[in-house]
Formats: sequence, C-alpha cells, structure tokens
Amino acid sequence: MAPALIGIGVFFLYPLLAAVYFSFTRFDLLTVPEWVGLRNYTYLFTQDSVAGKAALNTLWFVVILVPARMLAALLTSMLLVSLKRGGGFFRTIFYLPALAPPVAATIAFVFLFNPATGPVNEVLSWFGVDGPLWFDSPDWSKPSLVLLGTWAVGDLMVIFLAALLDVPKPLYEAASIDGANAWQRFVHITLPSLSPVLMFAAVTGVIQTLQYFTQAAVAASVASGTATTGGGISSTFGYPENSTLTYPLHLYVSGFRYYDMGYANALAVVLFLVAFAVTLVLLRRFRAFTGGAR
Amino acid sequence: MPRRPLTLAAAAVLLLAACTPGTETADDVAPAGQEAKGSIEFWHFFTDREAKAIDDAIAKFENAHPDIDVNVTAGQDDAKMLQAISSGKGPDVGLSYSTDIVGKFCSSGAWRDLTPYIERDKVDLDQFPETVRSYTSYHDRRCAMPFLADVYGLYYNKTLLAQAGYTAPPKTMTELADMAKKLTKRAPDGTIEVAGYVPLLNFYENTPQHIVPGWDAKWLTADEKSAIGTDPQWAAMLKWHKDLVDWYGYDNLQKFTAGLGDEWSADNAFHKGKIAMSVDGEYRVAFLTDQAPDVDFGTAPLPVADDQADRYGAGFVTGNIAGISANSKNPEAAWALIEYLTTETDSIVGLSNAIKNVPTTADALASPDLQVDEKFKVFLDIFEHPETSTTPPNASGPKYVEMAQEYVNGYLSGANKDPASGLKDLDTRIDQALELGR
Repeated sequence: MAPALIGIGVFFLYPLLAAVYFSFTRFDLLTVPEWVGLRNYTYLFTQDSVAGKAALNTLWFVVILVPARMLAALLTSMLLVSLKRGGGFFRTIFYLPALAPPVAATIAFVFLFNPATGPVNEVLSWFGVDGPLWFDSPDWSKPSLVLLGTWAVGDLMVIFLAALLDVPKPLYEAASIDGANAWQRFVHITLPSLSPVLMFAAVTGVIQTLQYFTQAAVAASVASGTATTGGGISSTFGYPENSTLTYPLHLYVSGFRYYDMGYANALAVVLFLVAFAVTLVLLRRFRAFTGGAR
Repeated sequence: MPRRPLTLAAAAVLLLAACTPGTETADDVAPAGQEAKGSIEFWHFFTDREAKAIDDAIAKFENAHPDIDVNVTAGQDDAKMLQAISSGKGPDVGLSYSTDIVGKFCSSGAWRDLTPYIERDKVDLDQFPETVRSYTSYHDRRCAMPFLADVYGLYYNKTLLAQAGYTAPPKTMTELADMAKKLTKRAPDGTIEVAGYVPLLNFYENTPQHIVPGWDAKWLTADEKSAIGTDPQWAAMLKWHKDLVDWYGYDNLQKFTAGLGDEWSADNAFHKGKIAMSVDGEYRVAFLTDQAPDVDFGTAPLPVADDQADRYGAGFVTGNIAGISANSKNPEAAWALIEYLTTETDSIVGLSNAIKNVPTTADALASPDLQVDEKFKVFLDIFEHPETSTTPPNASGPKYVEMAQEYVNGYLSGANKDPASGLKDLDTRIDQALELGR
C-alpha cells in the first residue's frame, strides 16, 4: 500500500492541492505567489468573456464529438461483425487512422478540406455543391474537427468489436424465433450487452474531450496560414474568431502566454470539478440504467 | 489509516512553499576594468541558416574574450525560458524574438536590471532610437538590450502595379484602397484570383499591431489602461478596413486567403504574385531574394491616414531582445556577451548582413560595412523615423493586443456590429484583464 500512496501523493494529491492553492493567488511562475482570495474566480465567472466562449466550445465538442465518435465506432464495428469474409483486412484498414499521430492527421485534414485548393471541395463542386470554408469558417471549424474525430475511431472500434463478438449467439437465435426483427434485436440484445462498454466509451470520451487540445490547436494554426510563425504557436489558437478555442487552450494561453498562472489554476480547478461531476452523474445514470447490477 | 492521507496532505502543503519560485537577486556588480571569465549558457530562438549566423557571432565573441566559454542552445522559445527560469534553472543569457515578455520579465525580476552594468561600463543608450529604448525597459527598469529590430512596411509587386498603370506605391489609405480595388482580378464567378491588398487583420503580417501606426492609433494610456475605445483613430482604422472587406466580400476573402500558401513557406502569396501589395517585415527582402528571385518588387513605408500626410515614413518596429536571467551564476560574463552582441558595431553589422534584420545602433546603421540596397534602405529609414512606434510593454504580455485583435476580426467578419459600443466594451474587458495580471 505504501508505494501506491507515495505515487498518489506525489503525482495526484500534491499537484491537486497545489493547483487549488495557486488558484487563490496572483502567480506568474516567476515571483512568489500573492494571496488574492476569490479574485481569479470572480474574474472567471463575471468578467472573462473568452472563458465563457471557450467553455461553450468545449461543451459543444462534448455534446457532439463524443456521441459522434461512439456512433461511428459502433456502426463500423457492427459492419465488421456482419462481414462474411475480409474482416481482418477491413479491421486493419479502419483501425489504421487511430495510429496516425494527431498532429499529422490534423494537418492532412486541413489540407484536404482547404476551401480553395483542397480535394474535398473540388469533389463537391462536381456535384454542383459550393463547399463551405471548413476550418476557415467559424461555423464549420468545429464540425470539421468532428469529421477528423470520427475518421480516427479505431481505438473505440476495437473495444466495441470485442464486446459485439462477446454477445451470446443463442440470444439472437431465440429472439429471431420469437419473431424479433433486426431493430428489435439491436435494441433489446445488442445495446444492453454493450452497455458497460458504451459507458466506458462515454466516460473516457467526455473526460478526453474536456481536455481537447492538440487537434484544435494544430487546425487553427495551420488554417490561419502562419503555421511556423516565430511569435509562438499559441498566438493562433482559436482561429477563426475563437471558434476552436477550447477551454484547455484558453487555460494554456492564460498561464503561459499572459503569465496569469494563478488564473490558469482557477480554470483548471473548475475543469477538474466539472469533469468529476460529469463522471459521477454518468456513473449514477449508468447504475440506474442497468438496475445497479454492475 | 485515515491519518496517512492527512500526513501526506500536510507534507504537500509544506512542499508548496518549497516549490514556489524566488527570483530576487542581489545585483552585485564588479568594479570597472575587471575582465569577466568562466562559462555561460546562451539560449536563442533561431534555427537553421540564422542559427549558423549566431554561432559565427559567438565564435568572434569568444575570440575577443578568451576567458569566457559560451554554450549555445538554439531553437528555444519564450515559454521554455519562462519555465526554466521559474524552476531555478535556465540560461545565463536569453535571446527572445518578442518584446511581449519585457513587461513581465522586467517587473518580476526574471531578467536582471542591467542599469548597474550600463552605468559602470558607460554604455550610451542614446545610440538606440527612443522607441527601441521603450520596448526594452518597463517602469524604468531596464532588463533587456535590443539585439536586432524588425521594421514593417509595404511591399508591392512592380509588375502588377505597372499592368494597372501605376508607377509608385500608395502613400495614403485612400490611395491604398483605390489601388487595391484596381489591382484586384476576379474570375467570372467572382472568385478572387489576385488581390490588390488583403484587408483582413489576421492574415500573414497584416495585424492591428503592424497597421495602426498608419493612423497613429494608441493602445494604452500612460497609466496602462486601454486607449482603444477613446482614440478616434481606432474607429477610423476599423471603418477603412471594413469598407474594403465589404468591397471584396468577407467570404470571398476567406476563401481566397485559405487557398494561399503558408506565410513562412516559399509559397507565400506575395512570392506567387497572388497579392499585389502586402504589409511585411524587412526580413521578407531576404526571403524574396532567396525563394522568389523573379518577382520584381519594391518596398515603401506604410501608407498613412489621409489627414496625416506629414507622418508618411513612420511605421511599426519591434525587435529581438537579450537579458540576463535572475538565476545566472555568472552575470559578469553574461553581461559581457550581451554588451558585445548589442553594442559592438562589427558584431551587429555582421549579424544584420547575415540575417537581414535591422541593426539597432546609430553606429551600425551608419557603418560602411552594412550591406544596404534600396529595398532594405526603406526599412532603415522607417526605423529611424521619429514617429515610428511599437506596442507598449505590459506585465500581461501580448494580452491587450490579442484581445483587440479578436474584437477586430469579429468586426470585419460582421459578427461584432456596433463599433462604438464594441470598442467601449473592449476597453472595459482589457482593463479588467490587465488588472488581473498587475
């Protein structure tokens, strides 16, 4: 028990307490923190309009990106299960995007979806569709990132696939004999059997998405057209018009670009509380859903 | 068992005190005439070709100071330097690309006050223009010395201008707008093929920071509050841009700029003749010579507002800056390096010739060894113009500049409608944000 406690103390408890303490201070990493009481929280909740926008952006991703990824992974894995042959081949093909480094994948997507020179709008134009500005439009930048997210669902797909293969075949046979159609078999057999895995995907997906950073940062930087500027990559975060500025990006900029490390810690504490609360709620709902069996 | 977590918590709280930084230093300065020695760490942000030029300069410094050994680390950005200094480590001498850090590094003591060294060695600060002196100190604490400067002006494609019947660049904003319209070429479906001038303010070097000197618009008041909402020049600047953006169509411009090459690549739109006129720094001369030798271009000062014709020739200046870390174990040798790099004429001229940035001292500017052609000369003249300005240093770094930029982008896209109330609201938000970091 003792080594585990040391690990928890050093890597979890200490940073957590430090973050809470710093969140009540004016701290710039360079001078001794100065206690300012609730100053940072007041600014966060009553004055910082960018924080509100960043929180809404992150909420948008949680509400859209997480279900979209789960749905895409579920559909892909169900398709793979139903394949009579070539399953191994397609499994590899669908899994491959998950191996692409997020930075490289994001850069590739921004180029593919470039409104003027990218192949996606070129193909759309063949059908008479005037493609949107994708990563360069405040309305389309987030949906573009969702497309990127649903392309790389290999990680979730293999988990869903394993769970699908675990569903006892006799259940389907019995249901078929009772006259259940495909939809009824899906709702009454597949979904309940998958529920622990779906729950896992939802909880980890929400936590990951609350920390959504890399793809949004890279997409903004590349789409803004000044990807290697000497001014530091963080100057392009949020492009266009802060539409991709997620909460963790705002946190980073506050701490490391504007030297408001105390304020960044306040942002982090709030993020921690939200992630904690969301996880608790999800777990409770899940227990209710499964009748407390698990 | 319940006691253990409590003990851990108590230990953690104690550790907090141990892990917070202290950058207070005693500025012990050696008496004059004593030769510095020992080894120092030097971090800079340059890479590749430019890093090589720095290495050459350091080699010359070591020849001149055989007792000092400099360990150079290239490619270090400000965030890394900040983290290193805060953890009690980091370089003796840091070279930053941005004056954004001056406010924080000076006021926090992360970089030492250089005044005792400057006074001891009788360094004449008047050899730097006043604006340069202003962006290297904060609240009378001089913690940085200017290394080389970046100066912004207007680049124009002579071939495209000649095709439209122009022989000279625009001098006023009205001329710029008129020429931009005439130089723009569109496809039959309205798509922009060549833009006379891109009036978006988040495109390449086209930012509020670089363009407001054309209107003489002020950023901060003397007591470091936002001046944006009360300075009428801001509203004039916004209107000029909005009119031109609307003439192009915001979506047309977005689509056009999205299809252009990255600013720092050989596909830069000005290199490719896709833009007839563009705001950029003096370093673009070297990029164009290197990557697009066929482009026939000229350089000129930024156009000015119509009623400020007498200010034509002024522009925006910023620069690289060097300082001594609070953690430096050998500040004397660190100062020797900074003094050499920032005041020694031969060194400055050599570096300026190598990486085509503007030298900062009067002697270097006048040096016969400085390689100057007519295109580069334009930037030297802007640099020396008494009305050339910069963004004032602040303890919150570039926060106020970026908040203004965010507002301006929203205004040009049509998301922010009423500029009168919008700018007033921006003032309030900037003041609150700066108060947070005070």
